[in-house]
Amino acid sequence: MPTELVLGFAVAGTFVLYSLFGGADFGGGVWDLLASGPRKAEQRALIAHALGPVWEVNHVWLIAGLVLLFSGFPRAFSALTVALHVPLTLLLLGIVFRGTAFTFRTYDARGDLVQRRWGLVFSVASLVSPVLLGMCVGAVVSGRIRVEGRVVVSGFFEPWLTPFALAVGVLALCLFAFLAAVYLTAEADSEPLREDFRRRALGAGVAVFLAALGVLLLARQGAPRVWQGLLHEPFALALHAVTALSALAAFALLWRRSFRLARVAAAVQAGFIVLGWAASQYPYLVVPDITLQATAASPAVQRVLLVALVVGILTVVPSIALLLRIFQSPPTRR
Amino acid sequence: MDDLLYARAQMGMSLAFHIVFAAAGVALPVLMVLSDLKARRTGDADYRLLSYKLAKGTAILFAVGAVSGTVLSFELGLLWPEFMGQYGEVIGLPFSLEGVAFFTEAIFLGIYLYGRERVSPGLHLFSGVMVALSGAASAFFVTLVNVFMNDPSGFTPTPNGPTDIQPLVAMFSPGWPYQTAHVLLSCYQASAFAMAGIHAFVLLRHPGSAFHRKALSVALPLACVTALAQPLVGDFLAKHAAEAQPVKLAAMEGHFDTERGASLRVGGLPDMETATTPYSLEIPYGLSILAFGDPHAEVKGLKEFPREDWPPVAKVHLAFQLMVGTGSAMALLALVTLGLRWRKREWPSGPRMMRLWLLASPLGVLAMEAGWLVTEWGRQPWIIHGVMRTKDAVTPVPHLAAPFWTFTLVYLFLGAMVTFLLARQVAGTLPGRESDDAH
Repeated sequence: MPTELVLGFAVAGTFVLYSLFGGADFGGGVWDLLASGPRKAEQRALIAHALGPVWEVNHVWLIAGLVLLFSGFPRAFSALTVALHVPLTLLLLGIVFRGTAFTFRTYDARGDLVQRRWGLVFSVASLVSPVLLGMCVGAVVSGRIRVEGRVVVSGFFEPWLTPFALAVGVLALCLFAFLAAVYLTAEADSEPLREDFRRRALGAGVAVFLAALGVLLLARQGAPRVWQGLLHEPFALALHAVTALSALAAFALLWRRSFRLARVAAAVQAGFIVLGWAASQYPYLVVPDITLQATAASPAVQRVLLVALVVGILTVVPSIALLLRIFQSPPTRR
Repeated sequence: MDDLLYARAQMGMSLAFHIVFAAAGVALPVLMVLSDLKARRTGDADYRLLSYKLAKGTAILFAVGAVSGTVLSFELGLLWPEFMGQYGEVIGLPFSLEGVAFFTEAIFLGIYLYGRERVSPGLHLFSGVMVALSGAASAFFVTLVNVFMNDPSGFTPTPNGPTDIQPLVAMFSPGWPYQTAHVLLSCYQASAFAMAGIHAFVLLRHPGSAFHRKALSVALPLACVTALAQPLVGDFLAKHAAEAQPVKLAAMEGHFDTERGASLRVGGLPDMETATTPYSLEIPYGLSILAFGDPHAEVKGLKEFPREDWPPVAKVHLAFQLMVGTGSAMALLALVTLGLRWRKREWPSGPRMMRLWLLASPLGVLAMEAGWLVTEWGRQPWIIHGVMRTKDAVTPVPHLAAPFWTFTLVYLFLGAMVTFLLARQVAGTLPGRESDDAH
């Protein structure tokens, strides 16, 4: 396999992992905002407890993807940061407020009012950031970002302020909320709390389905290339089949209260949605003007990046495995 | 201000903010592990509380450092797309390795902070050590990028961007050992001085508080050693700058005319009209010795270079004076403190010394910011010295005033919040108020 394709896979891989971990993290913020019912406080405590040890790690995936993108595909990175300057800046503000609010809330435990205020900042930022992230993805696949030579000619607003991009944003939000709710069913340490998140997971699952349908309908007009890719490329169809099957499995497992397995199915579903996105726009990094091959760094750079990637995997994977093993919730399932 | 200036201001402000937290993220884990070790060896509850407090401080500062670092990695592209579009691949390697270090730092910090009751003492300590090592590695790799910007190597520039790229050569551009050592030392120095100042402040009001004396005994050794080592490393770095960036050295010194046996200027205000630096104290042959280790060496002046390649001379000179001045003050205080420690066989804690340490507590951060301004302003008008001008790297996006002011306000607010939270952490250790700290 050519090295640029391996690097392309690595970038897509970091985005998958960012959705699975960082996405669930955003989703936790959404459920913090929507906490309700008699166990409102317990719900929030469970979210904080589940996020605490891992949230910083969850967000390093974004940096990893970004670094791979600008070292491996520098011109694509530069075009994207120009065309998406506005939503990316807003996303950054969301990330700043989310991270700091969560930490301030955790480490300044006195006074309900102060805690609640930080909690509100945390959850509103968790709501807005995924939508912006999705809108950026929507803009990239829509084909409305136009690059001539090294110059972005499509303006700073038009590509991402479209119904299609917004629909992708909503899909991202629903998906992250769904993931978080499913994960939390397996983390919960009491039966009623688990039921709370089971209901939320089922609801969010329906929302994901509706949002995906919306994206699909809007794609015909809003992202014609992807529409083609979605319906006609055999490998894309295979990916979507896996997505659909795992979505159904996640739903059925939730319904039957097999929470551990539901978590796996939901993660597979989310991962394949992201992979499906990547596959449907291949070979373009920025549809339709920049391909993976055209923007790839020089071969010498690609080779060292692959070495760095291996070093990174050998360092990070065992460490994360250790972290997750330590903080898996104590065995409370039946 | 035009958009280029807003872009520079935003980058500068983001970095100025991030540097403080990044430095704390590098140094506090070391202090935390040191007190953890002391607690284990002595079984002393004060040291345990101290390591606990330092862990909380690390968590708060690391979180803010992590998000402001995320902002910076985006801003590289958001503000300087041409720089990243052309040279992203040349400097991608150190950035990638920095990413790996950041990962391990976040992972082991999670284990250290939340795993106290869940993992064995050995693994817990190991996690703390990993956090400290990863922090240092992060700072090391990211400084290599700045080394490259100051004295680029490992590629052939063409109008269409770099060719013949050798990533490893670019990663270790000339002068890398000096600049990375200088930066790493500054992180430890700034944090140790700040911590010493905080405990000195409490000791002035509550003399004899055992907890704060012990805390001081953790901070002072690191503060003293780094304060004495830093000027030496700085001297090596200046000698490298004299070779690689003579125009930067000339601006640092406010040195306009090329001369042999040049004198070193202390203070003074460079005057661009007359091309002189009045009001300064001149030490004969000082600059020639400082730059080349030879009292009769020729030192190039600013007039040797085209006017459009001059950095902002007055700013660079003043920032350099501030760095050297604060650095010298800290080295002097370290000498006195070590002298007292040697004579009395314990770390000084009397009111006079405590007042000095309190006064010195912001100097490390000041020196660090000033030193960073020297290297960044001193490189202007280039983003990559001699290769790409800053104005050619800036984004075409208009109205950059808006993000600049937004991030400025956000960072001011966050800075105030962090100060407030850390003050509450310290307040929880004041004699008679220990029980306040419920969390």
